[in-house]
Amino acid sequence: MSNITETLTPTIQKRAKQDPFQYHDYYQIDDLLTDEHKLIRESVRSWIKKEVSPIIEEYAQQAKFPRHLVKQMGEIGAFGSNLPAEYGGGGLDDISYGIIMQELERCDSGIRSTASVQSSLVMYPIYKFGSEEQRRKYLPKLATGEWLGSFGLTEPNHGSNPKGMTTRIKDEGDHYLLNGAKMWISNAPFADLAVVWAKDDEDIIRGVIVERGMEGFTTPETHGKWSLRASATGELVFDNVKVPKENLLPKSKGLRSPLTCLSSARYGIAWGAIGAAMDCYDSALRYSLERIQFGKPIGGFQLTQKKLAEMITEITKAQLLAWRLGTLKNQGKATPAQISMAKRNNVEIALKIAREARQIHGGMGITDEYPIMRHMMNLESVVTYEGTHDIHLLITGMDVTGLNAFK
Amino acid sequence: MKLLVCICKTPDTTAKISFTNDNTQFDTNNVSFIMNPTDEWYALVRAIEVKEQLGGTVTVITVGQKDLDQIVRKALAIGADNAVRVNAEPTDAYFVAKQIAAHAQGENYDLIFTGKETIDYNGFMVGGMLAELLDLPFVSLANHMEIEGNTATVSRDIEGGVEKLTVDTPFVVSAQKGMAEQRIPNMRGIMMARRKPLKVVEPVAAASLISTKVYELPPERKSVKLVDPENPAELVRLLHEEAKVI
Repeated sequence: MSNITETLTPTIQKRAKQDPFQYHDYYQIDDLLTDEHKLIRESVRSWIKKEVSPIIEEYAQQAKFPRHLVKQMGEIGAFGSNLPAEYGGGGLDDISYGIIMQELERCDSGIRSTASVQSSLVMYPIYKFGSEEQRRKYLPKLATGEWLGSFGLTEPNHGSNPKGMTTRIKDEGDHYLLNGAKMWISNAPFADLAVVWAKDDEDIIRGVIVERGMEGFTTPETHGKWSLRASATGELVFDNVKVPKENLLPKSKGLRSPLTCLSSARYGIAWGAIGAAMDCYDSALRYSLERIQFGKPIGGFQLTQKKLAEMITEITKAQLLAWRLGTLKNQGKATPAQISMAKRNNVEIALKIAREARQIHGGMGITDEYPIMRHMMNLESVVTYEGTHDIHLLITGMDVTGLNAFK
Repeated sequence: MKLLVCICKTPDTTAKISFTNDNTQFDTNNVSFIMNPTDEWYALVRAIEVKEQLGGTVTVITVGQKDLDQIVRKALAIGADNAVRVNAEPTDAYFVAKQIAAHAQGENYDLIFTGKETIDYNGFMVGGMLAELLDLPFVSLANHMEIEGNTATVSRDIEGGVEKLTVDTPFVVSAQKGMAEQRIPNMRGIMMARRKPLKVVEPVAAASLISTKVYELPPERKSVKLVDPENPAELVRLLHEEAKVI
């Protein structure tokens, strides 16, 4: 399965630079977490500080995917943490999953994206819609990071409107013939397999597992991104790909199936965005106390304090939103509309915080000495993918009015 | 091999340190605690490596209140098999050593690990006292250890060199940097730690032999004097007359 020819040797040297990040808990939200949650947070953060923070700026600058981290993410348990242990998952609750995403995105949205896709968009649909054989064949290897997966829903002409997709599977008796193309697919260039959504002969959207090496399946990389530069993005192109019948996800039926996966991923983003926001705030706070202008730290000026005060307020609100959503999800009560609200809100505040933090850092904020500009550029993707900000407004709008404003 | 690792808590290294009650007590308000790094990174991880190599079990023991359970769970998540917590406030090194000795007596551990020191009070004492109470050999400050059969070869840093020694099991060893590398617990380990046994036992009677009179914080650092690079004579004068180092 792993017949990938490109190899990315991590030739990038670790910088001596330390990751000075400190967690901020203005409302003692830690009291709402269990000791286990806190241990999970500490463990992922330790791994990030040791293995990822020293190299992330270089990989982002060079627009390279730190591929060696995939196996390590598998080892620490960043893939499928909320799926049952019998399939290689972590057997942890949804708050734990959120905390892992928060810590990964605290470092980089691209790293979190890799884990989000693998967990929520590849492992989750195979677990939820797959057969027992498919679960046993794919999930353990995806959990360890031996295999990397991607998720193909968006098409060049169908982003916010996935229902209009033109990718098709045609029943050819002993196999399906898959034709079409998917775009903006995280992990695609290095993925060993893809969960692909396509319309069948009856126009019903179904999920199929496409494996690298199948004839007619290619994954060209998308170049020239100014965002998520340390994450690999590409296309999935299917030119008369013969997909074995056993690769159909038997329980997938209709648009609701991929949307269920997106809900799971959006939930992770709602937590992840807090991580990016907090890293920007933490850096801005430290910088504002170190940077002297007019004879005193710039943190002593009212306009800087306004920015910092608004940042920590929004972070605190976002933390509470995520925690409450996680609690509802643990109880099986979180609705897609509730998840949508948290994704939209938390990404929006993170993006605003990144922009304000950039201002506090002055000119230094545009350099890779600080993580701000990288977070800011990353969040421009996060605010658009997994449902754009505007689409999420319409989801909430429809939920509260009962009126559909999508078309 | 039956292995015992002594662990304890210490303030997070980023904690702000202050004292209460006329500077006789450490103020624990708003201080978060972590597992003592030398216990975790060197003693516990080396014990787990020995188990992985030779088979056996790793038990961790700690003396303290219920708030230590989170630290014990972390040790279990890293790879210890079971844990004992002696339910008592540790008052001094002798008290702690007495409690651990009371547990270890009759358990026939092949090897007992401690970290070289706890990084808060820096006593370096529990390991030595424990060995004495159990009538076992003690090797302090070990930075490397290999075991073959019943004999261990242990390296220790000494001034300007390395000392290599051999010792037969059972013995007590205090571990320092070099013994092992930190292991970050993974999600599977954290989940498995839920099901590993943590036994809480009541303390045995033991005196505290030491009481603290007062803590003093180090004097605040003096401000830095900048000397013009064109004026080395001034630098020499300051080093000679003010710093009095030359």
